[in-house]
Amino acid sequence: MTAPLVDFAAFSAASQLAIAVFIGLAFGFALERAGLGDARKLAGQFYVTDFTVLKVMFSAIVTAMLGAYWLARLGVLDLARVFVPETYVLPQLAGGALFGIGFVLAGLCPGTSCVAAATGRGDGALTVVGMFAGVLATGLAFAPLRAFYASTARGSLTLPQLLDLPYGVVVCAIVAIALAVFRIVERWERRAA
Amino acid sequence: MSGAPLAADDVREVDRAASSHVQVTRAYADPYVAGVALGLVLLAAFVVMGRGLGASGAFASSAAGVVSAIAPRRAATNEYFARYLAGDGPWRDWLLFELIGVILGGFFPSILAGRFRFEIARGPRLARTPRLALALAGGALMGTGAVLARGCTSGLALTGGALLSVGSWLFIAVAFASAFAVAPLVRKAWR
Repeated sequence: MTAPLVDFAAFSAASQLAIAVFIGLAFGFALERAGLGDARKLAGQFYVTDFTVLKVMFSAIVTAMLGAYWLARLGVLDLARVFVPETYVLPQLAGGALFGIGFVLAGLCPGTSCVAAATGRGDGALTVVGMFAGVLATGLAFAPLRAFYASTARGSLTLPQLLDLPYGVVVCAIVAIALAVFRIVERWERRAA
Repeated sequence: MSGAPLAADDVREVDRAASSHVQVTRAYADPYVAGVALGLVLLAAFVVMGRGLGASGAFASSAAGVVSAIAPRRAATNEYFARYLAGDGPWRDWLLFELIGVILGGFFPSILAGRFRFEIARGPRLARTPRLALALAGGALMGTGAVLARGCTSGLALTGGALLSVGSWLFIAVAFASAFAVAPLVRKAWR
């Protein structure tokens, strides 16, 4: 195992922040080039007139998932040292529902709102302001939310653990689902055009 | 896998550039190519840093920084903000620097591609002021949602999706279901 590199090479705090900027640059570049700085394009997803969001997100997830899986199998990447977002069932269901409403109202998500603002869009800037206000207000009102926030904790539960299936089988299934979804979407778009 | 949809985008971009007579606008990248590129960036984050991408975490960290500057005691006793004040402090947060990178990474290529323009992206039937109000309200709802869910489309959906986190896939399913359910109610905003 030689990765995550941060665990095997002694990066200084400053170089970790430099890496952060560099990774962010590439992230922002990919979002901008995909057209995800334009709220009309993102909102089109929810009226099934533009499938850029689905195509970009799903192919990104599949690419990183396959990369992580194979690098782990080849003994390069120690997945146990990669932080897996933890599962809190009810807070994530409630948070996801609110987030989805905000997503279609703003036509942007937190990352893409920064790209929209950075490419001159006033609606992107206002989404950034709203996002900051929402996080600030919810953080300030955290005390009564605390119990709910910490409820239904499942730790770093993964789909292979939940379904009691080998990691590789779940990876294959997600690739198959992605390819099927891409095929359906391409057909839909051809018919609409 | 590109083909018809990309061609349509090409035409739209060329039309817009031609009608505004401002500059030649380059077409957007093929969404699958952009998606694979984004996936490789995410993979690089796993390999180099042992963590994924993020956006809402940077908002939380800077909100903690602002509260701490105005009311230090309140911030220190607030369970949500206090965690961002530990270590190197809220202004040296890894995700905050990553998000600064995202802003620069969106800005420079949009200039190079002739896509930077001061405008308010909105549906054909929506005026500017209500569009900005919707952006503000949508941002606030996403802020609250991201706090409760512990992440957003980047840190929870993309990152955890690729690592097969159960909570991440729940979040993706519910967020998209909710957006699709609300979309017809706000049709006037976009169509």
